[in-house]
Parts: sequence; structure tokens; C-alpha cells
Amino acid sequence: MNHLHDAPGTPTDAAPTALAALHTRLNSRLDGAARAWLDQALDEAAAHPGARGPISVWELRIAEAGRRCGPEHAEAARILLLHAARADAATLARVYRQGTAAERRAVLEALPHLVPGPDALPIVEDALRTNDTRLVAAAVGPYAARHLDAHNWRHAVLKCLFTGVPVNAVADLPRRARADAELARMLGDYADERTAADRPVPEDLYRVLALTEALTESGSESGSESGAGPTTSASEAPTASPHPGTPTGKES
Amino acid sequence: MRIFDPHIHMTSRTTDDYEAMYAAGVRAVVEPAFWLGQPRTSPASFLDYFDSLLGWEPFRAAQYGIAHHCTLALNPKEANDPRCVPVLDELPRYLVKDHVVAVGEIGYDSMTPAEDTALAVQLQLAAEYELPALVHTPHRDKLAGLRRTLDVVRESALPPDRVLVDHLNETTVKEAKDGGCWLGFSVYPDTKMDEERMVAVLQEYGPEKVLVNSAADWGRSDPLKTRKVGDALLKAGFTEDDVDQVLWHNPVAFYGLSGRLDLEVAGTDATHEGNSILRGAPKTDPEPAPKSALKTDPATTEA
Repeated sequence: MNHLHDAPGTPTDAAPTALAALHTRLNSRLDGAARAWLDQALDEAAAHPGARGPISVWELRIAEAGRRCGPEHAEAARILLLHAARADAATLARVYRQGTAAERRAVLEALPHLVPGPDALPIVEDALRTNDTRLVAAAVGPYAARHLDAHNWRHAVLKCLFTGVPVNAVADLPRRARADAELARMLGDYADERTAADRPVPEDLYRVLALTEALTESGSESGSESGAGPTTSASEAPTASPHPGTPTGKES
Repeated sequence: MRIFDPHIHMTSRTTDDYEAMYAAGVRAVVEPAFWLGQPRTSPASFLDYFDSLLGWEPFRAAQYGIAHHCTLALNPKEANDPRCVPVLDELPRYLVKDHVVAVGEIGYDSMTPAEDTALAVQLQLAAEYELPALVHTPHRDKLAGLRRTLDVVRESALPPDRVLVDHLNETTVKEAKDGGCWLGFSVYPDTKMDEERMVAVLQEYGPEKVLVNSAADWGRSDPLKTRKVGDALLKAGFTEDDVDQVLWHNPVAFYGLSGRLDLEVAGTDATHEGNSILRGAPKTDPEPAPKSALKTDPATTEA
């Protein structure tokens, strides 16, 4: 599902192709004026990267991408601008810190393409502390899959289940969940808690649980000691509340 | 009835309010940066507040199907505290952000020299960053404050037809209108304007360039006052078009001067289109999340 990122461990090699594809796709969706704006902005960013004055030109372009390209294309434009400006981990941290939620998302999405090592992890950790599901979803991408430690990664998965972020957003989920008995235990406990409260268990939970158990049954480390595991079957799991105005408070 | 509340401090309100506002017809709000009741003591707390108006609060609003924009500024009251004034140096990098639709609230509180300076500087910033300005008029010594405000606007680089003068009442509306500004009225339970007086003002001055807001905040206030004014106008014989002009078209026209109004409510669905563009993921759903967040399960209560 994620062919752009299927090469964990080789972020910088994969980046040019993935971003070239992104650029092509974006160009095909922008109208003439927006495309001209983007071309010029990318040239400026390439010619004058780094921090200049109170706000450098390429950062100004990142700020205004929504009204220039349309809100639905702003994220792709911002990722390309970050790449053109050759933003490193320190620069990305600044753009993230000074950014709107939409700009922060773009930084998170750009990480796997621009930062080979774990230097940008504090950005991911910041996003995972928020309750903005758009940021949480972007934080669990390929960069987190590559670099987030086991404890924080498990909590990120659990947070997705808590906040309704589809686990499809979690990059490299099968590999990282495989034989993770501790994650299985956490999932089982969460399912028990929901069941005890007579609340639905997210269907995604069973998906992840299956991933943890698939290879542990025959392995030495068994995830089945989560015999405490969920008793509700996946098919029974009701869907999320359809009504917007009734936050259940279940995450408190 | 569709409603755009052009001045409301949602940071101080609950999700119950968002729900009731949506039910009453509110589909868009503008949240001006203001004083939080507890004085700030450093620029840093302004920056966190500005970030919230560009991050968390629009996210909350979108969960209830309401488009959220903001205006940013150093407010008049805190312009008098030298510890806060350096936030003016940080404002430019915020004024370029998408969804910032005006400089505001600026204006006068006690009409001090420090307020003179902050007002003039920020009107200049509005002109430079091609934004309109939301100007608060003082609660005390209101008419004198309005006149001084109009003088400063006339001396500024910002044309009066890019200025919304707010918290007007019967004693100040005429001079503000003659000055060529947009006219804002805040309708409150006890102070400022009420529904019946608002009807009378509109009968006398007409709906042109008039905006009505709840200015709801942490004080005794009511986020549904816009709807109540709309109902009172219909009852008094105004047409639905008149009401739509005051409660929708006028705010859209004024804040639209920024070129940054985006009234589509961005889905809060975590994997919206922006995500799938980069990931190149096949769409399993025919469409990304419906633009209205109405089907999502709000998940903002986790501590």
C-alpha cells in the first residue's frame, strides 16, 4: 500500500524517486497559476536555502502554500519546498515549531525523505503528544517505523486506537508488530477495559493483535499469555459513534 | 439560517458550545486573539496562544463542522505591559500564515501612549501583509475612543474600508459608518448590545457592511447570540436575504479581503487526501473523509 516507502533503511536513496513522483502528481493537479507559483517557489528554495532574516523566502512560501495551491494541495507543495531547501533535522524542527497544524503535518510527512538518522525523533514525539489526529496519523509514518523505540512505538499504536486514527496510517505495521508480546498484552488489556465498560472494541485492535500473534504461536515467546485477551469477537465490534456532538469521553 | 460569527473566543468555550452553535446554524467563526483574563507576562505565552489558534482550535471546530479562522495581534490592554510588547517582533511571521484573516484585536483600552504606538504599528503591519484589521473600541469613554481610533486609521496606510470597527453601539455607529469602516456589533447578555437594540440599529442604518457577533469568551456571554439576533430580525420583518447578508455575506466579504478565507471544513479524518497523495496509497474508499466532520467520532478528550 505504500510503495513510496517500502525501502526502510534507505531513506535518502528512495527520496528522489518518491518526491519526483509526488511532484509529477501535484503538477498534474494544479492549475497554471498555481504551477507557476510552485515552480518559482521551488527555484527560490533551491537557490536560497537556509535561514535568512526574520523569515526566509522559502519559509514564507511554505506558509502561503494553502492559498496559492489550494488547501488540498498545500501539503504536497510544502514537502517539495522542504526538500528543495534541503532542510535538515534542525531546520525541520524550527519549521515544525513555528508552523500551523497543516505545516507541522507537512514536516512530519517529509521526515522519511529528508532525514536519514534519528535526529528528528523529537518532532515525532511532539506530534504523538498532541491529540490532533491529523498530526498523530502523520507521526506514525515511515520515519517512526524506522526510528521510534519499542515503548514509544507501542504507545503510538495504542494512541491510534484510542483516538480513532486508522492503523492503516501506521507504516510498516506488520514488521514492527510481529512477535511483539508486550504490544499484544497492551492490546488485550485495552480490549478488556473496553469490554468491562460495555464499550465497543475498535476493529483495528483485532487486526493489530492478529499481527502480533501470527508468528508468536509457534515461537518461543508467546503472545497468548495475553490469555487475558479480548473476549469480544471482531464481528461484534460496533462502529464508532456516528454523532459528532457526543464525545464519549472514553479517552479521558 | 447559516451563520458566520465574526468574533468569538472559542478557546474559552466548550465542545457543548460547538455542538449548540452548529445546531443553531453556525458554520464559520473567526477567533480574534485577545486578553485571556489572566495577564500574560511574556511573549512566549502569546506564541503558544497563537499556535493554538492555528492548530488545536481549528481542529476542535472542524470536529463540529465549523470552519475556524483567526486574527492575530497584541491586544490593547497588554500593549501597556512592556514585558509583552516584544511579541510585536514575532507577529510578522504569523501574519503570513494561511487562515490568518486579519490583524486584531487592536485598538484602545485606556487610550495610553503605549496603546497609540501598538495600534499604529499594527495597522501598518496589516497594510504591509495585505490583511484587513479588526479594531476593538474601548468599553470606557467609548465615543472619545472611537474618534481617536478613526483618527489613527485615517493617518495609517490602511484604507478604512479594510477596517472593521467592533463593539459599536447607538452612540458610535454613525461616526464609524461616516468614516467608511465596516461596522461590528457585539451582542451580550448584560453589556454591549442586545437583540432588540440590534434590530433598531439595523432599521435605522440598514444591513450594509454591518456584522453581528457574540464575542463570546470566558465572561458572561452567549455563543448563540448571533442566531438570536437573526430570529429577532425575521420577527421584526427583515427578509431572509437581509439576515443572510448580515450573518453570512458581510463577514465573508470583510474577511475575504484577506484572500485567505477557506470555508470548506477540512475533514479531521486522519488519513485525508493530503496523506494519500504522498503515500501513493490506493484509495480503499471512493472519497476521502466527507468534508464535513460530522461523521467523525471526536477524539479530543484524551488527557
